[in-house]
Amino acid sequence: MLNDVTFGQYYPARSFVHNMDPRAKLLLVIAYIVSIFIANNFFGLILVTLALVFFILLSRVPFGRVLRSIKMILFLIIFTAILNLLFYAGGEDDIVLAEWWIITISWQSIINTIFLAMRLLLLVLGTAILTLTTTPVALTDGIESLLKPLKYIKVPVHELALVMSIALRFIPTLMEETNRIVAAQKARGANFETGGLIRRAKAMIPVLIPLLVSAFRRAEDLGDAMDARCYSGAKGRTKYKKLTFTWRDLLGLLFFAALITGIVLLNTYLLGRFDIIWQVQQWFGI
Amino acid sequence: MRIVAKGLTYVYNPKSSFATQALKGVDLTIEEGEFFGIIGHTGSGKSTFVQHLNALIRLTGGELKVGDYDLADKKCKVLELRGKVGMVFQYPEYQLFAETVKKDVAFGLKNFNKGISEEETDAAVREALSVAGLNYDEVAEKSPFELSGGQRRRVAIAGVIVTKPEVLILDEPAAGLDPLGKKELMELLHSIHGRWCRTIVIVSHDMDEIAENCTRAAVFSEGKVALCGTPKEIFSRGEELAAMGLDVPVTARAAQILRAHGYPVDTDFTCDDFVKKVLALYGGAGAETAVPPAEEAAGAAVPPAGETAGADGAEGGAGDAE
Repeated sequence: MLNDVTFGQYYPARSFVHNMDPRAKLLLVIAYIVSIFIANNFFGLILVTLALVFFILLSRVPFGRVLRSIKMILFLIIFTAILNLLFYAGGEDDIVLAEWWIITISWQSIINTIFLAMRLLLLVLGTAILTLTTTPVALTDGIESLLKPLKYIKVPVHELALVMSIALRFIPTLMEETNRIVAAQKARGANFETGGLIRRAKAMIPVLIPLLVSAFRRAEDLGDAMDARCYSGAKGRTKYKKLTFTWRDLLGLLFFAALITGIVLLNTYLLGRFDIIWQVQQWFGI
Repeated sequence: MRIVAKGLTYVYNPKSSFATQALKGVDLTIEEGEFFGIIGHTGSGKSTFVQHLNALIRLTGGELKVGDYDLADKKCKVLELRGKVGMVFQYPEYQLFAETVKKDVAFGLKNFNKGISEEETDAAVREALSVAGLNYDEVAEKSPFELSGGQRRRVAIAGVIVTKPEVLILDEPAAGLDPLGKKELMELLHSIHGRWCRTIVIVSHDMDEIAENCTRAAVFSEGKVALCGTPKEIFSRGEELAAMGLDVPVTARAAQILRAHGYPVDTDFTCDDFVKKVLALYGGAGAETAVPPAEEAAGAAVPPAGETAGADGAEGGAGDAE
């Protein structure tokens, strides 16, 4: 039942992007998200798309694999797009194409919808590149390292990172356990597939309780094992894998600095917000 | 119920980069009334196979018939089948969930028999618990989490046999138990066999367990049945088993060493029979009468001279092999 869910979608390969420092990648993703949101015209978004395609090629992850990450939020994108299309209130000079009850479809709302959907898609695809090329462990290491300054205001950064990596580590284990318990209860005639919502939720009790019990048991065992190996928190702790900034990371950062500059330039020199569309409108004389 | 599998295949995660073929054409027949053993390495496909038997894994390739149920038929009554083919998973005590032992044992019963009365439930639970070697009055109202590990495993087994399945499948039933617990568990299974459940199938790593208890066994290797037959037939092919990375029972190892020293022993590899045959080899007393298990375990107060020598010889030989 849960066999198809692969958590963490790391795609093992050797590439420029895989070899980058996770900290650099996190920073780049932040820069990428910023660039998506400061782009206020289609040329800007196309520039971002080109950068994305360039990075996908560089990462050697097959396009299909990257596109698959949309599947999970496709519903969300369609849902917001439809809402936006139907309920967007355009300005005064907007051309209304259809109107019914509280619903209006206007030229502006169509343009806006396309723009929004494109932003969301770019957002998901870009972050997918991060998780596809970085193992969850490297990612938590990177986050821990980036959050280090918070230590000075007494945030337990190391402990939080440890909690995160333990959680990530145990997801497959608990998933396997869930499968086993589900199978065992099915063998005793439990039915998880039919019935209404409440009935199905109730049917999960024989799975959830043993799962919880075993999670606590594992937590206790892990705690004992850590104690036995004298774990005492962040103090004096060294790293097995040291993160190092390399020329790759510098190149990546420069690339994104150029991208953001490009988008800002496009924003200021192509003042019309939906420039391409405006052009089309001109051509067809709408 | 007779179990017939023909050319059974199964692939986990098909059409993905993680695709693994767990079963590559399994042909196996388990007759009604057998105490059947399934042996195999981790990843040999034995668990995948047994999960097919009560449709926990739906058939995707090949044929499988369990009694009158044709698993290839999409309309096969799965719930009914699961009531007749009971399955005890590895470490079954970790599936207990209800507030009381009674409720937990009754879980399967109520799932399979909708609308069963409280009295009937009560009687069935009482019987199942007593067959599993527990006292109803003592444990029924307790939380399963208050019990000891061994008791919990018995409760879990009671929760499966409460529906009186015709076939009972157990995946590594003795895993994690101490020697005494293992012995008691096997005795429990023998007491269920025939009376409660016509057919018993156990999956095991422990060759001694298979040799001692099973009428027939199958060896799984790389998704296929590599060997199938009585324990005697299987364990006399020690080299083939070793090639598959599998062990033989202690008795078979001892017999091998004896043969190497020029003393061939024709045994079915159960402890009793082995001792009997070795004694016969010595021509000593007791060759005709089997050694009572209790006496054997206690090292018999005053054994005849021949018997001690025989037993020591066998043990010494087995020790050398390691």
